[in-house]
Amino acid sequence: MGSFCYFPQTEEDIRVMLDRIGVSSLDDLYSDVPADFIYRGEYDLPSALSEQQVRDYFEGLAARNSRLKVFVGQGAYDHYTPSVISYITSRSEFLTAYTPYQCEISQGTLRYIFEWQSMICALTGLDVANASMYDGPTAAAEAVRMCVASTKKRNSVVIAASLLPNVIDTVRTYAKYAGINIIVAEDVAAAAGGTADLAGILVPSVNRYGIVEDLSGLVGLAHDAGALLVEYCDPSALAVVRTPAEWGADVAVGDGQSLGIPLCYGGPYVGFMACTTACMRKLPGRIVGQTTDASGKRCFVLTLQAREQHIRREKATSNICSNESLMALWCTVYLSLMGPEGLRKVNELSHAGARYLHDALLATGKFSDPFEGKYFLKEFVLAPKCDVPELQKALLGAGYFAALQTDEGYVTFCVTEKHSRAELDEIVNIVKAI
Amino acid sequence: MSKVLEGLLYSESHEWVKVDGNIAIIGVSDFAQSEMGDITYVDMPDIDDEVAKGEDFGALESVKASSELYSPVSGTVVARNDELEDKPELINEDAYTAWIIKVEMSDKAELENLLSPAKYSEIAG
Amino acid sequence: MKYYDKLIFELSKPGRTGYSLPASSACGTADALPDGLKRGAAPALPEVCEIDVVRHYTNLSQMNFGVDTGFYPLGSCTMKYNPKINEEVAAMPGFTGLHPLQPAETVKGVQTVYDEMDKALAAITGMKHFTFLPCAGAHGELTGLMLMREYHMSRGDLARTKVIVPDSAHGTNPASAAVCGLEIVVVKSRENGLVDVESLKPLLGPDIAGIMMTNPNTLGLFERDIKEIAALVHGCGGLLYYDGANMNPLLGVVRPGDMGFDIMHLNLHKTFSTPHGGGGPGSGPVGVADRVVPFLQIPRVSGFHGNFGIILRAYAYILMLGRENIRMAGRLATLGANYIKESLKDCYKLPIPTVCKHEFVFDGLINDGAREGVAGATTLDVAKRLLDYGFHAPTIYFPLLFHQAIMIEPTETESLETLDSFIGVMRKIAEEAAADPEMLHSAPHNTPIGRPDETTAARQPVLKYAA
Repeated sequence: MGSFCYFPQTEEDIRVMLDRIGVSSLDDLYSDVPADFIYRGEYDLPSALSEQQVRDYFEGLAARNSRLKVFVGQGAYDHYTPSVISYITSRSEFLTAYTPYQCEISQGTLRYIFEWQSMICALTGLDVANASMYDGPTAAAEAVRMCVASTKKRNSVVIAASLLPNVIDTVRTYAKYAGINIIVAEDVAAAAGGTADLAGILVPSVNRYGIVEDLSGLVGLAHDAGALLVEYCDPSALAVVRTPAEWGADVAVGDGQSLGIPLCYGGPYVGFMACTTACMRKLPGRIVGQTTDASGKRCFVLTLQAREQHIRREKATSNICSNESLMALWCTVYLSLMGPEGLRKVNELSHAGARYLHDALLATGKFSDPFEGKYFLKEFVLAPKCDVPELQKALLGAGYFAALQTDEGYVTFCVTEKHSRAELDEIVNIVKAI
Repeated sequence: MSKVLEGLLYSESHEWVKVDGNIAIIGVSDFAQSEMGDITYVDMPDIDDEVAKGEDFGALESVKASSELYSPVSGTVVARNDELEDKPELINEDAYTAWIIKVEMSDKAELENLLSPAKYSEIAG
Repeated sequence: MKYYDKLIFELSKPGRTGYSLPASSACGTADALPDGLKRGAAPALPEVCEIDVVRHYTNLSQMNFGVDTGFYPLGSCTMKYNPKINEEVAAMPGFTGLHPLQPAETVKGVQTVYDEMDKALAAITGMKHFTFLPCAGAHGELTGLMLMREYHMSRGDLARTKVIVPDSAHGTNPASAAVCGLEIVVVKSRENGLVDVESLKPLLGPDIAGIMMTNPNTLGLFERDIKEIAALVHGCGGLLYYDGANMNPLLGVVRPGDMGFDIMHLNLHKTFSTPHGGGGPGSGPVGVADRVVPFLQIPRVSGFHGNFGIILRAYAYILMLGRENIRMAGRLATLGANYIKESLKDCYKLPIPTVCKHEFVFDGLINDGAREGVAGATTLDVAKRLLDYGFHAPTIYFPLLFHQAIMIEPTETESLETLDSFIGVMRKIAEEAAADPEMLHSAPHNTPIGRPDETTAARQPVLKYAA
């Protein structure tokens, strides 16, 4: 064989090992495989590249993507990523570790997960959080399953039509195969009131139009029916908006991406999930707890594992095994850097920019505001009175990704602390010119 | 050698039953608790839940394992031992005082299929 | 590794900041949130400086063991080396700065990555096409089972609500099937660790959606009756699902598609060298054979396009491997596992002595040192003692078929010297067990913490920081 930088075995090593095993060739190790299953053909793959060629190749591919100034949110927000984070997350002791099953040599991972759980509890106001989910939409889907598992003989969950489309779609997918009845409603209260076997209500904290929702009355409605209230949240916004705990929610889910995770074409991100103590035993996924070792030192372990698939198999609360641990670290470092004040400020700066752009765009006369008077945070939608493809093309031509059209025909904008007034003014000027 | 108490009936899945009129008081045997090791949580049904003979009504959990609890009789749960919620170790301390649920039986004839202490001793050696 | 006992919250001091943001907006001040929509007290997040953050997490990292620290023979987890070029590729701004909803004409490079990955994985596995939405292996299983159900539903075959899972399967198999609304039927293994074809036959019928197989299975054994199993399951109208968790020994040797599998997932974080990150992010693309292709785009199982950053890393690895090196990957992984097995079978019980694939299972020590009044050393003791010697432990107490299971998987990226050093330590531990099992009961002795009190952790859960 030719040498390959990831395979350390020399010809001589291979010979020594084969001798110990008592076979004469590598293929003899596959004597238990029916001969016609051994693939004899040439693999239809490119010829091996050198590392430099790999780098050049991907640089070429990256160059075929347009790096745009992003003024769209819809579940993926272009917040600033402090430089500290990637230095920490690329430390190979974190990066190349497995799930912390051997706690004596995994205290680093276990401690940051404990911190992450604590921070998610601080943001949501709830009692317990898990170690992470794949992303926000799957966390929402799991929360819906949790509603049904927590309530007896109840199989319907009312979800708000104002949730992000990909949340609604993912929830529907999971529910379809689990046999859960999903009711997507414009008027959640009315739908919930009219549902006999209500197991839960899922509503957004900040909705797909960027508007902070008023969830008054929903908790009473849910609890009177013996159902759970689940809130889908933007964790960054939780620094300023009323928390799930303050609304009386039993479960909070969402995507940690807005906590400084790069857009990266949609992933990896990280889902979070928190709940009240009463629902703790139904939480899916891993949970880290604090304890002491034999000599009394404080330490951290995976706990409440009897909920999980490796012990409970088909009776587990979920099938989740690998989660998004490193991205949870990403958010934990972000939240450590930002603190309560920094996170508040991110919201303030984003909102100020969004409000400015919103008003300036309306002033062009090319839009109307379908939600006039509603309080939006960093994202908003407008009803266009101009030609949308032409608008998008003009923006794209100037390097802006903005005015994404929603299913309802609105155009959506999102402004974060990263964006300058000059950029906002340029967007407005482009709009004026079309 | 685990303890098998006289005056109780047993199931092959290691639950015990104490009959009190129409009520079956249900727990797990000393053998079951010793097999589990330190019990960390007892998952119990709610009052008024229906249970059916041979079907699971909850579970015992330890750090690395979980074991379903199977009802030895059919009926309605009329009481549960809420003390176990905070102190699951009571089962480890004395499996025969730490009852788990009380069931109002719907068919007392089901008791006939349960094991006597002597019979149960043979499988819970 | 040294013990470090801080939580970031304990470094907090009011007034300290670790952020750097513009002092004020050039767009004026924001209007305040209406009272009813406003949060009460500020969240109890730490207030720390940048250097506090850097030192804290650096200290935490030093209590962690990764593949870059040392040998990680964790069975069924395929802890192979994670090439560094993968990380650089995934960090290129031309990828990280892309919004997932950008128009297609602005992400042509991305589309090429997905297209070429699809083609490469199809070539490697013998499947037709892949979906990249699943974010981990178990997520792939769930997605694959959804496709299985769609296939049957499209044919009006609505009675197929059961899926067969071998008793040796990973826990995720039955759990995924349950989440997908399928009923689980367990098929037993024989003495030799393989699925019992005779036990399988009576389970097959018009209610069977399919079977989930891990091949090689969790004992590291190739299911040699797979041809007959495939014929039987297909014969009853079911589909075959391939759990790709154990694909590594077949990488460059055998293609699941050729064995008759209809649907499969791959764990890019195992077989294709992307880092595990302490438990994720992973990526679990699902591949399907011709007849399942029409359903591939049906279920939206995650938010956007899957874990693109992980897919990039895996593709970088595939390009490094190329058609030349791929042929050696699985073979060398299998070589290493058999070498360790043969080198230790006189110290550890080997319940199934046949040739293994990428991993194998011991059933505890041959001489555990048990004597009057002294309990013998267990598998847990051996695992903990390994930590003292600077190795990660193997997977223990899985599969459940044996009481003292020790599951060892070395991967192809470990040298003969590393394997020999591991073998030497395993032999030494066997000697220690025979001489002084008590010393092993209290291991590890040289790690930042000793054995934790897991019972109290579960009985009185403390799951978040309280000031």
